[in-house]
Order: sequence, then structure tokens, then C-alpha cells
Amino acid sequence: MGADLLLAMQGVDKRFAGIPALSQATLEVNAGEVHALVGQNGAGKSTLIKVLTGYHQRDAGEVTFLGKPFEVSSPQQAQAGGISTIYQEINLVPLRSVTENICLGRAKRRFGLLDWRAMHEEAEHLLNRFRVRLDVRRPLGDFSTATQQMVAIARAIGFSARLVIMDEPTSSLDEQEVQVLFDVIRQLKADGVSVIFVSHKLDELYDVCDRVTIMRDGRTVRSADMSDISKLELVSQMLGRDVSKMEGHATAFSRPPADRSGEVVLTARSLAAGQAVRDVSFELHRGEIASFAGLLGAGRTETARVVFGADPTRAGSMYLDGRAYAPTHPRDAIEAGLGFVSEDRKLEGIVPDMSVADNLTLALLPRISAGGVVDEGKQREIVDRFIKDLGIKCSGPGQKIRELSGGNQQKVLLARWLAMSPDVLILDEPTRGIDVGAKGEIQRLIRSLSDGGLTVLMISSELEEVAEGADRVFVLREGRTVAELAGDEITEETILAAMAQGHVSHQEPGQ
Amino acid sequence: MNRARVARLFGTYGVLMALAVLIIFGWWRYDNFLSAFNVTTVVRYNAMFALIALGMCFVIMAGGIDLSVGSTAALGSVAAALASHYGIVPGMAAGIGAGLLVGAINGLLVTRARIMPFIATLSTLLAASGTALLLSNQTSVPVSATSGFINVGMGMLWVVPIPTAIAVAAYALGSIVLNYTSTGRTVLAVGGGEDASKLMGLPVARVTFLVYLASGGLAGLAGVLLAALGFAGQPTEGVGWELFAIAAVVVGGTLLTGGSGSVVTTLAGVLLLGTLFNVLNFENGKGWISLSAAWQSVVRGLFLLVVVLLQARLTRSTSQKA
Amino acid sequence: MTDAPPWRSDGALANFDVFGFLARYGTLIALLLLVVFNLAFTRNFATLQTLNVNLTQVCTIVIVAVGMTLVIATGGIDLSVGSIMAIAGALAPLIFLSPIFDGNVAVAVAVAMVSAILVATLCGLFNGWLVAQFRIQPIVATLVLFIAGRGIAQALTNSNLQVFRVPEFQWIGLGRPLGLPVQVIIMVVLVAFAAWMLRRTRFGRSILATGGNERAAELAGVAVNRTKLAVYAISGFCAGIAGLVVIAINSASDANLVGLGMELDAIAAVAVGGTLLVGGRATIVGTLLGALTIQLVRYTLLANGVPDAAALIVKAGIIALAVWLQQQRRT
Repeated sequence: MGADLLLAMQGVDKRFAGIPALSQATLEVNAGEVHALVGQNGAGKSTLIKVLTGYHQRDAGEVTFLGKPFEVSSPQQAQAGGISTIYQEINLVPLRSVTENICLGRAKRRFGLLDWRAMHEEAEHLLNRFRVRLDVRRPLGDFSTATQQMVAIARAIGFSARLVIMDEPTSSLDEQEVQVLFDVIRQLKADGVSVIFVSHKLDELYDVCDRVTIMRDGRTVRSADMSDISKLELVSQMLGRDVSKMEGHATAFSRPPADRSGEVVLTARSLAAGQAVRDVSFELHRGEIASFAGLLGAGRTETARVVFGADPTRAGSMYLDGRAYAPTHPRDAIEAGLGFVSEDRKLEGIVPDMSVADNLTLALLPRISAGGVVDEGKQREIVDRFIKDLGIKCSGPGQKIRELSGGNQQKVLLARWLAMSPDVLILDEPTRGIDVGAKGEIQRLIRSLSDGGLTVLMISSELEEVAEGADRVFVLREGRTVAELAGDEITEETILAAMAQGHVSHQEPGQ
Repeated sequence: MNRARVARLFGTYGVLMALAVLIIFGWWRYDNFLSAFNVTTVVRYNAMFALIALGMCFVIMAGGIDLSVGSTAALGSVAAALASHYGIVPGMAAGIGAGLLVGAINGLLVTRARIMPFIATLSTLLAASGTALLLSNQTSVPVSATSGFINVGMGMLWVVPIPTAIAVAAYALGSIVLNYTSTGRTVLAVGGGEDASKLMGLPVARVTFLVYLASGGLAGLAGVLLAALGFAGQPTEGVGWELFAIAAVVVGGTLLTGGSGSVVTTLAGVLLLGTLFNVLNFENGKGWISLSAAWQSVVRGLFLLVVVLLQARLTRSTSQKA
Repeated sequence: MTDAPPWRSDGALANFDVFGFLARYGTLIALLLLVVFNLAFTRNFATLQTLNVNLTQVCTIVIVAVGMTLVIATGGIDLSVGSIMAIAGALAPLIFLSPIFDGNVAVAVAVAMVSAILVATLCGLFNGWLVAQFRIQPIVATLVLFIAGRGIAQALTNSNLQVFRVPEFQWIGLGRPLGLPVQVIIMVVLVAFAAWMLRRTRFGRSILATGGNERAAELAGVAVNRTKLAVYAISGFCAGIAGLVVIAINSASDANLVGLGMELDAIAAVAVGGTLLVGGRATIVGTLLGALTIQLVRYTLLANGVPDAAALIVKAGIIALAVWLQQQRRT
């Protein structure tokens, strides 16, 4: 049955304010297949999907679904037509009950009024298909991200979708939850439902997808069976780069020449904070890149926020250069010589309406102002220097930061802290959501900073980034440090083992 | 988890309990507090506020705000007074119609022109007020004394004052719409997350338009009652009503950020603020203290403050989870 | 100063951003058109008298709107300004008319002004405290004083009209050093200072960062809570001054009327002036232009025989149009 064409998008064009986002994009999906859609950020995947679901209107091209032209002007119509979408950020309403989130839009009625009992039953029934059992009357926000994802899928299936689009559904799931999701996808496939699967994680694609479409710069570069294309080919076509240059390392990090255990800069003993951090201890040495590894919810970001004074501690102590260190506000941490680049650039990093210059010097303001008045000459000088040094692509220091690409925004945020000449820089997912080219640049920059004596604490969900980039790895599991790896001990295998088992490979007795 | 539950329970029942306590206090302390006269007076005059708060409640649950209700009520009262000479039905229709018109403009400004609700309804506040002044030549417009229109305000339906009956019917209808129709649930979904609702394929624009339309219509109806109770269309009345209605909705435990709320507790909120006023009057009558009308608004403000502080404390534990 | 963005390099004229242009300069253009229209059609427009009338009427709105602009720039709103004006307006005469100063008018007036403005500032601080400390939404937080504040003012005066003739005090409403009304001077100084502060100082940057992205600002070490406290306090301060100016002009203070509806006038001026109402982008000079435009429209209509009520409707249209234009630019 693999050959039945379910969806065909041909020659699709879409421009935003005159800038082409899609040009002659093509996508063909067969009935009952899981189809991977890949490309760098800005390659046009999301735009293509939004055109398909009627969120955007295309400027040119044809879309055929189930053998008929498919013309929709809203996600609502697309849903009615058999195409449901599950977005990257779960787009349901956390304040409302699970039942409402599943059934709203095709509610059951009796005598013209909502039949709550039937709706609750249906919600439970749909979730049972994925072996999820929960109180469907409770607000969705009470449940974990993974559960919310299942609810989103249950909603899509409830609409008797023929095609389910999943936009990076695994980005906030842990390993186990990903497996549950894949079971669900296989179940859908068995029922004859097609899935478009968007993900940046290559292993996952090979795990669950049948075919792949690769996009670059708004165009479709290639469509192929997954079995006909190697990982290396896939990546090189995404990037539009030569395969030969990609061999060896997957990241731009290279292992440092030698052990560099300088003196201890920052010590944390038995930190506990909120629900997520229970017992975290670590030592950072001058000039090294240390890394927190762990699954989602292991407490990595939460620990970083505590170290930076953004969240209060419940227990434990910290020492900076041998002196007790107990920040109660990020300001304390900044004055003590720390910097922190948050994992969420949009939400916690940039001030979108401010200029590149003002964003870059936001933390620096106390130092470049006298009597509360900003010294604009000094500001200009510093900003110009960093724009040049980090190769920030912008029309000038006065350009609004919202107009920059993700990678350049990230560079501005890095510069925000580098301008402070900090002793310790905490980088939470420094390369997330950045295209591969800029990713390499940032990785090289981090390494050269640490070579220059900066102590870096890097949190990353990309295993290879940790394995290849870090001099020392602290593995966190359920809010506790369970292993410390250094030097040659650091490999993807050892990290994985520690994450999974909670200790380094040699077995503890009495287990 | 536990605190979150407590917060939810408080949001729903806190206002009802406070109302009960206040009524028991009044019954225990003042002789005529629960007399037929006092009760009918309180519920008769609070009916207008109740109607406005009902509309406001829907708008707020949908994540918006409607500042225009006060001057819409004033416009409605003028329109109703002018039309009252043709009978009860034309009078009411004119008032409600004027309100619906303002509501429709609000709805279009918010959904089509995509202007923030605060500003859209601020401008219709001015426009409705201007229109009311133009229609009335800047003075109050007496209602017809012969067409029976004043019965809408002063009449009784068995033992229930007609304005009260109208308000109760509106709340019953509102409660059914909210709890047992798709439109009602969509209102909450839109308030809980507009983009999410859009992506869920819900008719966001239509429902948003409808809540503003309803709010306008209810404000127009409140204007009809205003005209019937005061025997005149009053173009300068209604100043600050919108903020009183917001206060009642907040006291009723509805989240101002939208996405959750209840019609019944909004009514309780209106009654609570109304009864508080009434209790203060009785207290004045006892002669122990002498609270001028000025102090009453101070007390109301303090009351709002207490409720808001309690909500802030209790909801913080809920929001921290998400 | 900056190069044209790269995507505009081809056919810059074809891509001319009409909405962007109108959103940025629309208010100024409207103001100029109004002036030209009046010069052509309104009798006695180009007189000092007309200028004075318009300036005095717009003054209090602008003074309050300066504080409002800062509050809105942090992503907040202040509904209590009218009530705070009433409090300041009620308090000052109580002090300078009080017998304890025993005819020492200068001292009485000084104490009255300082304490009235101080109380107003404290009221603003209270708003800021609710917003910053308890994370209460600004609309609700300032609603408390909106309701209670006028009550306090009425209670202070037993709702009586306070009439007075104290030239020393009324100087701030009626004085004319160098031929310029004092309140106009106050307005110009406030506008200039606030505009400079927003642009050039650390505090100004903190305001815009707080409104633009509060969490990012917090993580960059910006004192977000202190910034919020400060803007609400400033808003209270401005409202206090405006309250004094109003009663000085009227030679009387009526707690029921001073500042009534001011919150809406101030917000309207801010909105028409081009400040982003969700915070993060603000222009004080824009606010001034916005207030002048609204005022001049009203004057133009009145001077040409259109009733005040109709002017309200036109004002509504202007506010909606101005915000709509901004909206077009943003997307």
C-alpha cells in the first residue's frame, strides 16, 4: 500500500514582506507512511507546514490531498479535511481540562447542550489507546509535558485525521517518553494514518521514519527512502556542504591537548532547590569547560539558575574562589563575576524591541554609566568591538535585535556577558535552535574562550556536544549528581551509561 | 498540588462564603436587614451592575477587557428613554440595540483591526458617551410616563422585582452557555491561550466577537434598567461602572488573565460588593459610626485589595507549577 | 546613520513602508495638518490667546501622561492617576488654609505643596509595591486606589468644595514668569527631563528592558522590581503635580471632580503618541504630540461650531486609528 499518494504539494511559493520563505517547495507523502521532514532552521519546514494547514496562504503552487485539491484557509478547515498538527510547543490550553483539550471543536451534544459524560468517556478511550490513564477532568497544566503531548496526539486522532503532522515532538521528551511516542506513531501507521515527522535528531528519524524530504533555503532538495540515504548524506544535503569536510567530528569542538585541572573556582556542595534539585555537588576548575549531562528534568537548568541567583536554594552551600557565595538575585552573581546565557533566547535572553547595542550592554550598564547616565561613547566603542570580534551580522549597532537571525542573536547574548569579562560563564543550551553553520562558530568561540582562561559551565542536550566539548562532565539524574567524568573517561557511552544507570560503569556492590 | 487545589476551591467558594458571612452578620446585627423591602431594594438596584458584570465576566474569561460598558449603558438608557414613548418593547429594543451596536464595533476593532481590547474599548467608551450626549442634548431624557416603560424598572414579577428577574434569567442563560455549549467552552479556551486555540482549529475570531457583542448587549440592557429605574435616560451616568464591574468579576474569583472563571461567583461578587454597601448604610443608621459615602468607596477599595492579595498568594503556588 | 537593511536594497521605493511611515510620523503630520487647517479656517487662531488656552488645557494631561508613559513602557498601566490627583488636590488646601501656620503663607504653601506631592508619590509607591511585590496585574492593582483614592479625597474634605484665594499657591496655575504660564514651564521641564532620562540613563534602559522582556532583564541584573516601584512612584508624583495645577487654576478643589477621567485621557495621549502599549518601546515627545493632537482636534471642532459631544466621537476615532496604524507596523 506504500505507493498510494496521500498528499502532494507542488511548486509552493511563499513570501513574507517580499522575502521568499518558500520557493518551489515540494512534498509528497504516501498513505500509511512516516515521512521525515528535515532542514536547518529557516529552511522552510515550518512555513511549509503552516501553508499546508492553512495558517499561512501560499503565493503559488498546488496542494492535493486524498486525490483532490486541498484548499484551506485555517487550521480548523485543515483539521476538518483530515490533517491535524501537533506543534513543537504544545499548543493546548493548560488551564482547561484534558477532556476539553481533546474534544473541543467537535464536542458531543445532547439536546443541543454539551454531553460531558460522553466527552469524558471519549477522552479516556482515546488516551487508553496509548496506555495513558489519567483523570481527564483535571486541568491539562497539572500533567507532565510528555502526558500533554499524548493528549495533543489523542486530540489529533480524535479528529479522525488521515495525516498527523508532528513538529519536533520529541524536543521536550526524555528517552523513555520518546519510545512511548514512537509506539504511538507505529500504532498510527498500522491504522493507515500517515505522519509527517519534523525533527533535528537524526537517530530518531532512522528509528521511526520510512521516507525523508530534505529542505534547504525554502526549496526541496531531495526526497528518498530512509534506507537509501546515509546520515552523512542527509546532513550534508541539509547544510549544502561537502561530505568530505564533515567527517570526524560532529561538532566544532576538538578535544583539548591536555588535562587542565587548574585551581578550583566554584564549588557547590549538596545544593537543593525547589522540586528539581535535590543533591547536586560539583567543582569547576579555572579555564575548563565543564558540562552538566542528564535527561530532561534531571535538574540541569534548575541548578544553573540557583548558581546564578535566579532561584533560591533550600539547602547546600557554594564557594567562589574559596569564599562563601550565596546569591539571592542575579545581580549578586553578576557582581561576583558570573554570566548566564539562558536556554530560552526569546523568553529569557533578548529584549526584542531594543537595539543590538542596548541588548549587548544591558548587563554592563552599571559599568558604563556615571551618576546613572550612560556613557554612549564608551558603549559604542565596546559594541563595535564585539560586533567585529564575534562577527555579528547586523546592519549596525542600532538595528533591533529581533531582526537578527538566531545565531547572531545568540552571539549578542554571549557578547553581553563577555563584555563583563566574567570568571565563570554558564551556557544553557548555547547552540539550541541555531543553524549548523553558526553552531560551529559558537562552539569554536566557547573553546577559545576557555583557552583564554574563562571557566565555562555548559549545559547541552546534545550528547556529542558534551562528549566532544567538555573537559569535565557532571552527570545529573533526578536532581542528584551521580557521576563525574574527566579527560578520557568522557565518551558518549560512559555519559549515557551514567545517565541511565545512575553511576559510572563499574558496578556497585549491594545493588 | 494541595495548595493549587486550595486556590481553586478558594476561587470558587471563597466569595460565596464571604457573601454568606456578610449576610449572616447583617441579619444578626440589624433588625430590618432581611426585610422584604431591604432585600428587594438591594437586588433591584444591583441588577444593572449584575448585567454589566456578566458581560465583563465573559469578556475577561476570553482574555479581553471591555471598558466601554459604562458609557454604553448611558447610551442605552438614552436610546431606551427616547424610544419608550412607542411602548415597552421598542424602548427595550432601542436600549439593547444601541448596546449591541457598540459591542459589535468593539468586536470588529478587536478581531478585525486587531487593536488591543483595552484601547479598542477605551475609544468606544468615548464614542458611546459622545453619542449619548448628542442624542440627549446633554441633559437627561425623561421616559414616557404613559407607555408603562417604567414597569420594567419598578414592576414586580410575583415577589421578584423585574430588573432582578431579568438579571437572574441572564445569569441562568450565561451559566448554561458557559458550561454546556461549545461556544462557552471556546470562550475559556481562547482566554487560556489564543494562539493555541487558533491552532486547535477553534473559531477564535467568532467567539471573541460574540463576547464583545454580548457584553455590549448586556450593557445596553443595563441602560434600559437605568432609564426605567431613574425615570430618565441619563447620558452622564455610568462613569466608572466598567471598573466596578471588573472589581466584581475579580472578587468573584475569575482570573483577569482569562481562561477560567465562573458566572455564578461573578454574581456573588456583585452581590458581595452591593451588600457591603448596604451593610455600611445600616451601620451608619445605628449611629455607632458615621461613614459617609466617601468612606464606603474606601472600604470597597480595601475589600478589593484584600481579595486581590489573597488571590495573589494562593495562585502563585498554582502558576509556579506550570 | 545605519545602512539600509539588506532586504530593502532593491526597489526601496516599491517597498516603501506606508504603515511604518505613518505610525512613526502620523501624529506629527496630523498635528501639522491641524495647525494649517486652523490657520486657514479658524478665526483668531494665530494668537497668543489661542495658544495659551490650548496649552493650559493640555498641560495637566501631559504632566500625568509623562508618568503614564513610563509606567506603560514597563508593560504596566496606572488607572489611579485621577484619584491621586484628587487626593493631592484635597490635601493641599487643607494644609495651606489650616490655622496652624498662623498667617505665614509662604511656609504654609510650601508645606502644602511638598506634602501633597509626597503623599501622591507614596500612593504611586503603593501601586508599585502591589505590582512588584505581589505580582498583581497592574490593571487590578491600580484599580484599588482608583476606587479607594477618590473616597479618601472625599473623606478628607467631607466632600465639601474648598474655595480659596491664595495667590502664593495659585502661582503654579496662574503665574506667568516671562509671559509663560508656570504650568507650561513645568510641563516642558518634565517632558524634556523624562525624554532625556528614558534615552540616556541607566534607569531609562532598565524601564525599556523591563517592559521589553522582564525575565531577560532580571537575568541581566536589571533591578526589575525597583524599576517598577520607581515608575509607579513617578506616575504618582506627576499626578500629584497635576492635581495641584488643576486646583490652582480653578481656585477651588472639588474632590468629586479633580482628575475625573484623567486616566483615560493620559492613556489616550500615550497611545496616540506611539508608545507601545505592551511595553518595551516608548516616546515621551510622542506622548506630548499625542496630547496636543487630541487637544487641537477638540479645539478645532469646538471653534468651528461642532459640539463637544461630537468631538468625543472624533477623539475615539483618532485613538483607534493611531493604535491600528502601530499595529500594522509591528506585524
